[in-house]
Amino acid sequence: MPEIPKQPSVKRESVTRTLLVAFFVSLVCSSLVASAAVVLKPRQIANALLDVRKNILEVAGLLQPEGDVNELFAAVEPRVIDLETGAYLDDVDPEGFDPVQTRKDPKLSVVIPAELDIARIGRRSKRAVVYLVRDQGEITRIILPVSGYGLWSTLYGFLALEPDGNTVADIIFYSHGETAGIGDFLTKEPWRARWPGKRVYDDAGELRLEVSKGRVAADDPLAAYRVDGVSGATLTGNGVTNLIRYWLGDHGYGPFLKNIQGGGS
Amino acid sequence: MSSRAKRALLDPIVDDNPVTLHVLGICSALAVTTSLLPSLYMCVALTVVASLANASVSAIRKVLPASIRIIVQMTIIASLVIVVDESLQAFAFETSRELSVFVGLIITNCIVLGRTESFGSKNPVGLSFLDGLGNGLGYSAILILVATCRELLGKGTLLGYTILPNVADGGWYSPNGMMLLPPSAFFVIGLIIWAVRTWKVEQVEEAEFRIHEVHRTEAH
Repeated sequence: MPEIPKQPSVKRESVTRTLLVAFFVSLVCSSLVASAAVVLKPRQIANALLDVRKNILEVAGLLQPEGDVNELFAAVEPRVIDLETGAYLDDVDPEGFDPVQTRKDPKLSVVIPAELDIARIGRRSKRAVVYLVRDQGEITRIILPVSGYGLWSTLYGFLALEPDGNTVADIIFYSHGETAGIGDFLTKEPWRARWPGKRVYDDAGELRLEVSKGRVAADDPLAAYRVDGVSGATLTGNGVTNLIRYWLGDHGYGPFLKNIQGGGS
Repeated sequence: MSSRAKRALLDPIVDDNPVTLHVLGICSALAVTTSLLPSLYMCVALTVVASLANASVSAIRKVLPASIRIIVQMTIIASLVIVVDESLQAFAFETSRELSVFVGLIITNCIVLGRTESFGSKNPVGLSFLDGLGNGLGYSAILILVATCRELLGKGTLLGYTILPNVADGGWYSPNGMMLLPPSAFFVIGLIIWAVRTWKVEQVEEAEFRIHEVHRTEAH
């Protein structure tokens, strides 16, 4: 007969005791977790919203280090658009528009055809929120949310265009999981500074903007459309090119930008 | 403070350090130490979890059936980690995003379960709390050392302030990019362990086997 291991007390090991302890531990722990989640939720949502707004203000050129983000954000005009036609949907409240939720809703989103899905997004919402910055009624910047797959992760950012809908004003990536120290050049100032002034479409309307492999040669005829890449991070750079090509293409903001270039407000 | 309490608190900092002596908690030490600020948050998070988990496990040690003790300890640790993670997201949003999954991974940090199982389940509440605190501080000491080396040599900054002006910004220091990649933390931790064991020779482990030349008559 195998030796029975010495037990501290018979009572402590009974089934009832075990179930009771398990029950009470779970009860206490779950209420702790639940109350923390409930109490902290409003702050977390406010933080996330604040962060998105801060990034929009940054590319809008409106961010002031001392200013209150929510106050400054009042100068930005969010508008919901229908991506297929590029038309504004004024009956949809941009405040209540949640791109993450609508992307999951089969009625409000479309599957991106595989041959068009260069940015590897899978599906996108039928609508999008764009942000307009105006100066005395005239649009001065158009801010478009963009996303796409880099090397390891989905990159999320905002691309700001000049009112002609064809010149880059600024770009910012606020969320990514690329390699630290290499692929995270996306969030670095020197690289961001290479974007303003780059052209999106050529005279024939062909989408040309891209991140080149390594530095753009000085005599490159397409230099106006090419942004310096970072050697060692070619795939992250390609990811940026792909998301630009998708989102500024016909399946992305193309129709909307054509409306803008055609003189719509 | 009794000498036992003092030992529970102070021993884990050098003499019984969880990272250098027990070589625990290495995974997060590799991941979060690219710069100092997230490392500091990580240290606070782990220290809070380790001390509270140790105290809680100790509080129920007399009613806790041995058959489910590990899962109960894990439940307590996991709950505390979730609370800490949620608090970071609410009060230190930017840093919590930099730390991403690593706060959640405190659940699997061997130091925490190691202490609750080996200390908290056998000792009184106050002492267990101090032991958790001490181990948290021991982990923090190593993390801060590693993060300081990595941020200083990898970026030339500390807490974001420039210490060694970079060549790219017109200074003289050419940053060592390798320091920003996880393997460099291995090297730094290895050097720290070497240094500690040279200073405290009693920490050197007995070799488990000896390598010696095999004579051809012994080989099969």
